[in-house]
Amino acid sequence: MKYFQLIWAALFRRKTRTIFTLLSVLAAFLLFGLLNSVHSAFTGASNSVAGASRLITVSKISMTLSLPKSLHERIAAQPGVAEVTYANWFGGIYQDPKNFFPSQAVADNFLDLYPEWELPADQRKAFHDIRTGAIVGASLAEKYHWKVGDKIPLQATIFPQKDGSNTWTFDLVGIYHVTDPNLRGQENNFYFNWAYLDEARQFDKGTVGWYVVKLADRNNADQVAGAIDALSFDSDHETKTESEQAFTAAFAGQFGDIGLIVGAIIGAVFFTLVLLTGNTMAQAVRERVPELAILKTLGFTNRSVLALVLAESVLLLVLGGVAGLALAGVLVNALRTSLPAMGPTSPMVPVGAASWLQGLCLMVLVGLIVGALPAVRGMRLKIVDALSGR
Amino acid sequence: MSTLRILNNSAVTATALIVPVILLLAAPWWVLAAAVVALAAWMALTRAGHQTVSIARVGIATLGQRLGSSSVVVVGIAGVVGVLVALLAMAAGFEATLAQTGTDDTAIVLRAGSQSETNSIVDHASAQIITQAPQVLRTEHGQPLASPELVVVATLPKRSTGLDANVEIRGVGEGAWDLHRSIKINEGRKFSPGLRELMAGKSAHEQFKGLDVGSTLKLNGQLWNVVGIFDSGDSHNSEVWGDSPVVGATYRRGSNTNSVVVRLTDAGAFDGFKAGLASDPRLKVDVMTTRDYYNRQSETMGRLIRVVGTTIAVIMAIGAVFGSLNTMYAAVSARAREIATLRAIGFRGGPVIVSVLLETMLLALLGGALGATLTWAIFDNYTASTLGMNFSQVVFSFRVSPVLLWSGLKWALAIGFIGGVFPAMRAARMSVTAGLREL
Repeated sequence: MKYFQLIWAALFRRKTRTIFTLLSVLAAFLLFGLLNSVHSAFTGASNSVAGASRLITVSKISMTLSLPKSLHERIAAQPGVAEVTYANWFGGIYQDPKNFFPSQAVADNFLDLYPEWELPADQRKAFHDIRTGAIVGASLAEKYHWKVGDKIPLQATIFPQKDGSNTWTFDLVGIYHVTDPNLRGQENNFYFNWAYLDEARQFDKGTVGWYVVKLADRNNADQVAGAIDALSFDSDHETKTESEQAFTAAFAGQFGDIGLIVGAIIGAVFFTLVLLTGNTMAQAVRERVPELAILKTLGFTNRSVLALVLAESVLLLVLGGVAGLALAGVLVNALRTSLPAMGPTSPMVPVGAASWLQGLCLMVLVGLIVGALPAVRGMRLKIVDALSGR
Repeated sequence: MSTLRILNNSAVTATALIVPVILLLAAPWWVLAAAVVALAAWMALTRAGHQTVSIARVGIATLGQRLGSSSVVVVGIAGVVGVLVALLAMAAGFEATLAQTGTDDTAIVLRAGSQSETNSIVDHASAQIITQAPQVLRTEHGQPLASPELVVVATLPKRSTGLDANVEIRGVGEGAWDLHRSIKINEGRKFSPGLRELMAGKSAHEQFKGLDVGSTLKLNGQLWNVVGIFDSGDSHNSEVWGDSPVVGATYRRGSNTNSVVVRLTDAGAFDGFKAGLASDPRLKVDVMTTRDYYNRQSETMGRLIRVVGTTIAVIMAIGAVFGSLNTMYAAVSARAREIATLRAIGFRGGPVIVSVLLETMLLALLGGALGATLTWAIFDNYTASTLGMNFSQVVFSFRVSPVLLWSGLKWALAIGFIGGVFPAMRAARMSVTAGLREL
């Protein structure tokens, strides 16, 4: 640490060049933060802790087909099942088809299985009591400036009412929050009572879209899933039960290989970054050859010269990188609510601790890589040659 | 006071930069071609032009000595152009696949408000009324060219990953072959009405396991035979087709279908067709030309990819600009003594600016060409698939069109311009006496 001032002075010896390089590093890590946020929106939901003890049961033929509600009691009676709930995709449109957000009709006990969504007790009670009640995530409420007490009309795309009308009106009774940043995408959802849907809809009465099962012991997942699927084996509504993680991962995978696209872009960005900062460091050391020789004359060992140059390049990367990631965090928060949702989640989640950790590792790694050649050059300098400018 | 001046200065610089960049990005090719011709004429004919040529020649000849730092400009810009062109090619490919699917003289009828086929239900009676509309084209036997269609989703493992994904099964009526005139049969034969037979689209066959001719498929507990492969050249290629009533029976849909597709007597008949159905009190339907319907399906996804792609490219471009600035400032200061000498013997500032700009933009062009070529080689016709509106996989190919390559090159030139203009100004403003003393 005692050399910090020396390193700092060396870094800002040529202010313009260092600032330009810093800005390039910033741009690279800004992109890294943004893309990582998109990537974890697609994969993050499948890594949640609460999700590990939940199973999803859908129709084996396709998740778009509905299942009879009569299965509810039979699944609940299976050993190893702590609780069962069910939901139905509604696919409502608010004002314009472009304003897409997921809307679902859910059973009364749905929230019991999703403790990660925090809803005040009085609002929870209102949702239970008011048949036309609906709850929305905080991000969604913020986007459309909804508050508790508002009447929200949605246009049905799948389920017309008995009289043929497509307009369903809901009373907003609650707004839930999600604290885990990786799951923040789920704050974009709209939920209302399944009983209301089933009573008022024209067809498909007595069916549900999917069941969610809470395991008594998460280690029993495979046996319980097998037992549930056995219930409907060889019937006309065979089911497929899998862990929530497997289910969301498979769903996200259907959009395309987001991981591959993100990886390819980040790869291109960092290849360029290594070249660019490498060039800066090489220039910086080339210019300072006589200075480094003087340091050695003063008694600095070869190794400490190596360390000084390496530290300088790591510092360069960390300064730019931290600023870039911080900016990414700010931008993600601004963009998150204004982007259209993709399927079950919003396409971005806030930059979390995991991204920061990965980012910091990358900064140090890139710093060491680009610093290596110039540092070795500095270490091998012969004082006599360097001082005489040879 | 001085803060005000700095603000004012930076506002002027920003405008001076932004205006040419916007002109460059927006200009059609012939404007740029004219600019290049004008520049060449200026260089060939005027004295200042001759000076520019000789300064630029020295700069370009000495590029080899600055290989490392010059490659920063080339590679940085190649990266920007590559990513930009690849993402825009993805959006273009997806939109083109869906746009080809629709035509102006076929119409699709859905239940009012349903937006997509999977959400819609049209009962048998309504389907009859729709197909009897006077604007629907008829065969010589008087049969209306209409196809009540059913869309269901089946889950099949993908060839590439082995993971299950959704494939669209479309039940079509007898009129379908006349409605979709572009369809060719690549292998096998058409399915026979009334039998559990399927034909797979070319892309669906390539994408999913178990769709070879002769294989059997279990749909909702019943066995179906795959009897043929068709090629429609559009998004129907991602589907598997069967006879509408048989598919309906398998999925317990009764006589309901999801949509009715009809061929109109001509494109002009659409308005009358739409008005006729809208005024019929027995029907509650939305009517669209299929072109309109399929374009609408690609809208959201296409826009999303475009916005994301451009944002990523802009951020990368900012990084590349700073890289170019570093390189060119270094290049200018390395040549400080040479430039000062030239100024001392009577070379003007203008040629110095133009020659440094020329050198940067040449490097940028090289980078742009490199990025564009690489993307074209890797991604043209690259096949990908995503989840479409009917909740099933839509297969499409990336389209790296000349237009995209051209806009990639324009981006490269714009980055080169911004990255070169400041170093060029510094080179011109450098004091001759200080420059001559420079090592």
